Order: sequence, then C-alpha cells, then structure tokens
Amino acid sequence: MSYRLYVKEGCETCQLVVPVLAHLLKHADVTVFSQDNPAFPAGMPVEDDRELEHSWRDGIETVPTLICLDEAGTETGRTVGWDRSEWESLTGDGLDFGLPAFRPGCGSRTQDPGMPERLAARYDRERLHSRSVELADMEDDLEACFDRGWTDGLPVVPPTAERVMRMLTGTRRDPAEVIGAVPPDLAVCTVEKIAINAVMAGCRPEYLPVVIAAVEAALQDEFCMHGLLATTYYSGPMIIVNGPIRKHIGMNSKGNALGQGNRANATIGRALQLVIRNVGGGKPQGVDRSVFGNPGKYTYCFAEDEEGSCWESLAEEKGFDAGTSTVTLFAADGMQGIVDQKSREPESLCRSFAAGLRVVGHPKMVLASDAILVISPEHERVFRLAGWSKQDVKDRLMALLTIPGSELVAGAGGMAEGLPEKFKDRDLPKFREGGFNIVRAGGSAGMFSAIIAGWGASGSSGSTPVTRAIEL
Amino acid sequence: MTTLLDPTSERSPGSRELLPRLPDTTGKVIGLLDISKPRGNVFLDRIEDLLVQRGMQTRRYSKPTFTRIAPTELKQQIAGECDAVIEALAD
Repeated sequence: MSYRLYVKEGCETCQLVVPVLAHLLKHADVTVFSQDNPAFPAGMPVEDDRELEHSWRDGIETVPTLICLDEAGTETGRTVGWDRSEWESLTGDGLDFGLPAFRPGCGSRTQDPGMPERLAARYDRERLHSRSVELADMEDDLEACFDRGWTDGLPVVPPTAERVMRMLTGTRRDPAEVIGAVPPDLAVCTVEKIAINAVMAGCRPEYLPVVIAAVEAALQDEFCMHGLLATTYYSGPMIIVNGPIRKHIGMNSKGNALGQGNRANATIGRALQLVIRNVGGGKPQGVDRSVFGNPGKYTYCFAEDEEGSCWESLAEEKGFDAGTSTVTLFAADGMQGIVDQKSREPESLCRSFAAGLRVVGHPKMVLASDAILVISPEHERVFRLAGWSKQDVKDRLMALLTIPGSELVAGAGGMAEGLPEKFKDRDLPKFREGGFNIVRAGGSAGMFSAIIAGWGASGSSGSTPVTRAIEL
Repeated sequence: MTTLLDPTSERSPGSRELLPRLPDTTGKVIGLLDISKPRGNVFLDRIEDLLVQRGMQTRRYSKPTFTRIAPTELKQQIAGECDAVIEALAD
C-alpha cells in the first residue's frame, strides 16, 4: 500500500493539511507532488511537478488529492480536498489534528485556462497521428502556412498540437475515426485531419461537430463532391444548419445571414473548403476547373431562422425532428436577389419569384440546376397571412415554372442556346422533382428574397442535396 | 521553434519542394543574378558563356547588396523576364 498526494502552496487547504502530511510521512509510504513550489511543504521530501506531468497523468482536478495504490501500483481509491473521515478511511489511520472535519480543495494547476490542451499536446501527442512540420526559427508561422500551400488565399490559424487538442475537445469522437475518402485524391480523412483544418479555418471547438457532419455529407456519393470540385461550373458546397445547435454555437440566421461577420457561419464553411483543399488535394487550376468559382468557395454557410417561421424547417421536410441538429449540403452558385416590395398576395409574389427562378443558369435551361429560395421574413409574412404552407408555395412555383417547349428550343427568342427541336411541343419543368427547396432566413426589414442557384448538373446526373444529423 | 500539424493527406514530402525543373533549356531565358559579392561577375561571365553555347539566352541582374535579400521588385522583374534564374555567390 502506498499513497500519492498532490498539493500546491497557493492552496489554503493544502496548507491546512501539512500537519497531517507530516504524520503520514512517518507512518506510510507517501509521495508528495507539489505543483507550484518544490520547497512546499517545507522540510519534507517533495517531487517537483511544476511541469504537471504527474498531475496530468493522474487526472488531478483538485488539490489536495490523495490517491491510494495497492502493491502493484494500481489505484484503489482517492479523495479530493480535506475530508477527515475519507482520509482516515483511505489511510486506516486516526488523523485528528484539531482540523475542521471538512474543507474543499482548490483547483489543480492542470485546470488553469488553456492548460489541459497544453498538457495534452505535451504528454498525449501520440494520440495524434499527423506528421509534425517543424518551422525554421526565422519563419513566420502565418507565412509558413501560405508557403506550404495550405491556405485558401487568406491567412489561417497555424495548427499547433495545442490548438488541435483544444479543437478535439469539441467532439466525443475518436481523432483516429475515419470519416471518408476526400476527393479528388480520395485521401483518407480522419476526425483529426478535420480538426486541424477547423483550427486553420478559425473554428471554435464547439463548431467541430458541424464541420465533421458537413464533411460526412459532402462525401456521400449522391452529393458528388468530386464532380462538384472538378466542374467548370460556378458551384461549390454550401452548408445550411438546422436544429438546436444553431443557437448553441451562435450562428446567424437573421440580418446578413449570407454575409460576413459571424464566426460560426464564416469558419464552418471555410473549414469544409480547407478539408477539400488540404486533405483531398482539390485546388483551383488543379482538379478544380471552375471558370469563375464564386465568393462562396471561401466559405458558404448559414442557419435557417426556424423560430420566426410559420413553416416546417428544411430539416423537418427531410424527415428529421425539430430537436435534431443537421447540416444540409447544397452544390451552390452565388446568390441572386429577387426584389418585390409591392406584392401583398401570394399569387403576385410567386410570380415574381418564378420570374427570378426562370433565369437560373439560362432562361431556357430546364431540369439542370437545382435551386434554393431563401425567403425573408417580410416575404414569408405574405404567405403566412394568407395561410399558405411551404408546399403550397412550392406547388404554385412549379406550376408557374412549367415552361412551353416552344420558348426553350434552340433559336427561340433569337438565342442559339436551347433544347433540341423535338421538345418544341412539350411543357417542361424548370426544376427536377425535389430539386427546389425553400428556407427562411434574413433580416426583419426588406421585401427581398435570395435565389441560390445550384450546379448545372443535379440529381442522378450530378449533385443531390444531402441532409445529415450532427453527431456531437 | 514552432511545430505545426500537417493538415494534408501527407502524400507529399514534409519539406518544401523545389519548383519543377525546366524540361528543356533550349531558347529559354536564364537570369543571372549577381548578389554583389566580389568576383561574382567573373563567375557569372563564365556561366553565361556556357549557357549561350548551349542555346540559351541570358539576362544579367544584381542585388544592391549581398547583405540583404533581393528586393521584391527585383524578384518580380526576374520572374517576369526569365524562365529560370541562377544566383551566384562568390568571393
């Protein structure tokens, strides 16, 4: 039987138990570890644990902590703070030195802000499997990330082991868990690699589950991430977040939801793009053959404003309950505004929306791109007051967007672009079945909505939106 | 010293890679950069002779001083005018 006792001089309870300790040292095999001053307690043999390795390995959260070990060195019990009866029970000794029966302990130095991840990086590095990249002494760490081709053109947060350890506290998942193979290189992607790229993107640890879910969704076959990356089209992956996690991590679903200024919105979308770039090897003018790209290829992520909506959310439409947090990935182009400040009737507003949606890709392009219509609160109000469901809006828009083939064939309207002549006498829908979705977001003032067009290859011939639950 | 964790799939070497070499030097423009140490010109004159004999064109540049890295403008000028550059250290 032996004991380990963890103390620090700055703890009043540790000071209080010094007489007990003096007694125990005479009668038992006790090793004392001091976290802040190896000369404390004075005159006693003390192990210097200012580097906190012993404290960290023993999982100390409070001082004093007394740990009891059997002959094989296996822990058989521990007590934190000063609780005389517990100390007596652990040591089998009478410890009445006129002290109070109970005093709570103090925080262990291992729990100081920033310390857990620092210690994990120092003493648990083997938990991470990524290669260490040592920078030269004179190298600027931000510039080093540019030099190695790791950035999207903006500075990234240098991914030190400490920062990655902190990021990994955001998930319960094992860093070694394989999430999938990231195109174009089909490189194996682990939770750890996602965490590294999330650090670089500027994420907080609590965003990590959203990023992991986004990567999982992007790697589903029906999302067609390889084709989306390699296409000459404008598109890139866009993330819509639903469910309670939106509020937990402070996402923006209101004013400027599609714009800058919110850390979660900005960095989650960026982290996904960095995973594609760094893990998958997908880079512009490499396998990424986009003619223009779009600004959303830096980052494209927002939350649906579920609370203010009279409609079910996008995730609920996809079969998830309101208590489940999800990501929906959509192969998205940039955003096109649709302004209507006069319509107060659903029919009129639907006609405005349809006119805007008609031009997605090209006014004659049908059954090619999907689209998402982001309806603002003031536009949604028009439908709410008239009692229109989301499905009513979709049905009306699909009817308005069923277009006579005579308008779509090559040459019609003086434009060579168009469908083969054989479609002349058919009516064709602008969007494929299930290829048009509606979400509600945006600021409270302004009768504007936003059309987010999709990749020109949708459904089985391209990308299908993928919704996936977020696993913490 | 800062140590970072590699964010990539680790399919390429950890150390920085050289730029691709010229597959064929015939007719290529080779910049000759004198870092302004003594006798750099002697060294570069001889290199220039050898390059011209092998069908290359040359352009001469010099740094204002060997004690400082080349000015950005000079590096950009060389990058804009040459296919490759040889930097001469001498004494």
